[in-house]
Formats: sequence, structure tokens, C-alpha cells
Amino acid sequence: MHPARKQRLILVSLVVVLSSAAIGLVAFALRDNINLFYPPADVVAGKAPTDRSIRLGGMVVAGSIERSNSELDTIFWVTDYEASVPVRYSGILPDLFAEGEGVVAEGTLDESGMLIATQVLAKHDENYMPPEVAAALEGKTAPAEQPVLP
Amino acid sequence: MYFESLAALWDMDGHGIYVWLAYLLTLCPIIVMVWLPIKRFRQHWRWIEAESRRSGIDVGGAAGESAR
Amino acid sequence: MWTIIHKMGSPPWFFRFSGGLVKWLLPLTVCLLLVGAVWGLLIAPPDFRQGNSYRIIYIHVPSAVVALAGYYVMAFAGAVSLVWRIKMADVTMRAVAPVGAALTAIALVTGAIWGKPTWGTWWVWDARITSMLILLFLYLGVVALFEAYENKSAAARACAVLTLVGTVNIPIIYKSVDWWYSLHQPASIKFTGESAIDPSMLYPLLLMIGAFYCLFAVTVLLNMRAELAWNHRDASWLKQLVQGT
Repeated sequence: MHPARKQRLILVSLVVVLSSAAIGLVAFALRDNINLFYPPADVVAGKAPTDRSIRLGGMVVAGSIERSNSELDTIFWVTDYEASVPVRYSGILPDLFAEGEGVVAEGTLDESGMLIATQVLAKHDENYMPPEVAAALEGKTAPAEQPVLP
Repeated sequence: MYFESLAALWDMDGHGIYVWLAYLLTLCPIIVMVWLPIKRFRQHWRWIEAESRRSGIDVGGAAGESAR
Repeated sequence: MWTIIHKMGSPPWFFRFSGGLVKWLLPLTVCLLLVGAVWGLLIAPPDFRQGNSYRIIYIHVPSAVVALAGYYVMAFAGAVSLVWRIKMADVTMRAVAPVGAALTAIALVTGAIWGKPTWGTWWVWDARITSMLILLFLYLGVVALFEAYENKSAAARACAVLTLVGTVNIPIIYKSVDWWYSLHQPASIKFTGESAIDPSMLYPLLLMIGAFYCLFAVTVLLNMRAELAWNHRDASWLKQLVQGT
């Protein structure tokens, strides 16, 4: 290879490597901000701030959804199978919100450790299948590992 | 076909508006993406055509003048 | 190998070759898109949890996949342009940028429309969506930078540097859903092991990904041909080609 081209090739490779390293370090330093939500274990351990709004993400505990009759108030527990946090939300829940499904709730923690949510988003997994296939799978592995209160 | 009627296809159990809006908002940029370079190419092509015709006449004119 | 690269770098050869290629690739792209859309919208079964709204996957995933792959094409052309100073690489870079921007925009818009009925929000600042927005800005940055310079080879050099610095964003987009907690779910199509999507839904998706790759190739070629026709408007080979028609 021509020496001038070789020099430019090394320079170009250096630009890519160094900028990748720089951005990688920035992403590593900001990793707490890049995470969209705190898992319940971190919230219970007191790693989440209580003075400002946070997002909590995990699975809705089976059988934990309580709806009050008069208002749109809903209380449910969110778990990551290590710890659970109760959430209170008043408003319309997304269609995919259900027991045993993923959820991300935004709000502030009160003194008792309950998250008073201002927004609840449904988080779905990467599995796609027709209803018949889902029904067949359900029949085979009936009461799979549904999250329960520890 | 999964849907039983055109109305069911349009409605998609209430999700029709989202699905059809997404497909429409994909179709429009795709048409523009294909049409714009074709239009640009044709413009350039016609420009070269006109230019070479003009220079061809110029050559002919110059030849005619020198003959006169 | 080297002869092909030398031929690719020769505008007259590339012009004739791409002209023949586009003639059958464009109808093929239209057919694939139509078949894929009909299959995805009408024939594929609904999802057990999301119902019919998941049908947006057939445009959302292909546009996102090809937008990411297109960036590698642009970055490779950028590196070739910087190191070897081949004019054809500059033309390629400039042709890819608007196509990549349009595909990224399609992925973002269809994702927002899909997010509303499934997640309950149009937009969320999670790692996947934010890094995809950065990709859009990188593509638009290249488009704008090419326009900003009067001197086109200086423009190509600036664009190549911007593109190469931005390359780090691509693995971040791929891995964002695994590295950080995000609202976006992990990938459904897996290269190793079984995909998390039923075959009856996977086949139309793979067809649509193929269709979007064809769309990318054909639009990039059309952009390159338009640019080459203007750059070489005074060349005798192009004049002969124009007069031959």
C-alpha cells in the first residue's frame, strides 16, 4: 500500500477507536441516567431517590391488583422476583396492563415506600405468537412461574 | 385471509387507525425516496441532451460560416 | 477482487451496470413490498396479546434494520473516501445519507404509532429510542454537511469524519435493550437459537426485511446515478450515452 494511504488508514482507524472509547466511557459514567427505570430491589434497598420523580419497572404481581369501586384508583405490586414495591395509580391503564406482565410506573415514593404513580406504561416482551399457539402453550405449561409476593 | 370483511380489516379490533396510519406514513416517504432521484436524473439527462444538441448546431454553424 | 473494485470506481462502467440493475430491481422491490404488506396485513395471524396492532412490526423492524445496515455502508464508503480518495466513495456516501435518514424516520414514526396502543405512550426517552434519534441526526448531519460546502471533496472529507465518529452509535443501538433497562423489548429475531416469534409471523417479516434491503439498494443506486449524471455532464462517454438513446 502507498505510504500516504497507509498513514491515512491508521489515522482513520484511530479516529474510530478513540471516539468509540470516549463515547463508551461517557455511556458508562451515565449508566444510571441511561437506565429508564429502577428495579424494585434497588428501590427497596433505598438506591432510588425519594425527593423527585422516578420510574419503577418490573412485573405486576399476580393477584395483587386492587381496584377501588368509586374512583379509577388502582393499587398493585411490582416485583423483580427479589423485592416488591406497591404502586398506586389513578387513571386509565394501558390495554396490555395485566397481572404477570411487564410494567413501568413513573411517580414519587411516599414515606411508606409506596410509589404514587403519575403514568403507567405497559412493557411487553419479545414473544409474538398467534392466539391458538398461545392457548396450546398455556395448556401444556399451565400455572407457569407466575410472580407471587415474597 | 384472516379478516372476514372489509370493515373488520379497516377496524382491526379498534387498532385499525394506528396500523393504517403507520402504513400510510411509510408509503409516502417511500414514494418520495424513489421519485425524487428519478426526477433529478431526468432533469440532468435532458440538460445534457439539450447541451449536446446546442453544441452540435454550433459546430454545424461554425462549419457553415467558415464555408461561406 | 481488485478488478471489481477498480470497475466500481469507474463512472462509465458503473453507470451502465447500475442502469441495467435498476431496471429489474425497481419492479422487484415494488412486488416484494406489495406481497409483504398484503401478507403481513391480511394473512398473518394476530398476536395473542397485542391483537392486530402488532402488524406495524412489518414496516417498523425492516426499516430499522436497514437503516442500521445502511450506516455501515456509509461508514465504509467514508473510510474508503478518506484513505483512497476515490470519487465514487464520496458519491456513495452522499447517496446513502438521505435514504438512511428516511428509513430511520420511518422506524421512529411507526414505533411511536405502535407505542401508543401497546405501551400507552408515543414517546419515551429510553436507550433504544434515544440512540435511534441520534442515528437520524447523524444521517441528517451528513446531508446538511454536503450541502454546506462549496468544495465537494472537502465536504466529503468532513462527512466521512462525522460518519466514522458516529459509527459507535450502531452497536449501542443494537445492544441498548440488553445493556440498560428500557421500555423497548429485546430483539425477536435471533441469529442463534430459536426466534421468539412464531414462524407464521416470522416469514412475512423476513420477506419485508428483504424488500426493504432491495428498496435501500435501488434508491441508493438511483441517487448515485442522478449525482453521476450531473458530475460528468461534460464527459464524452455520458454524451454518447445520451445521444445513443
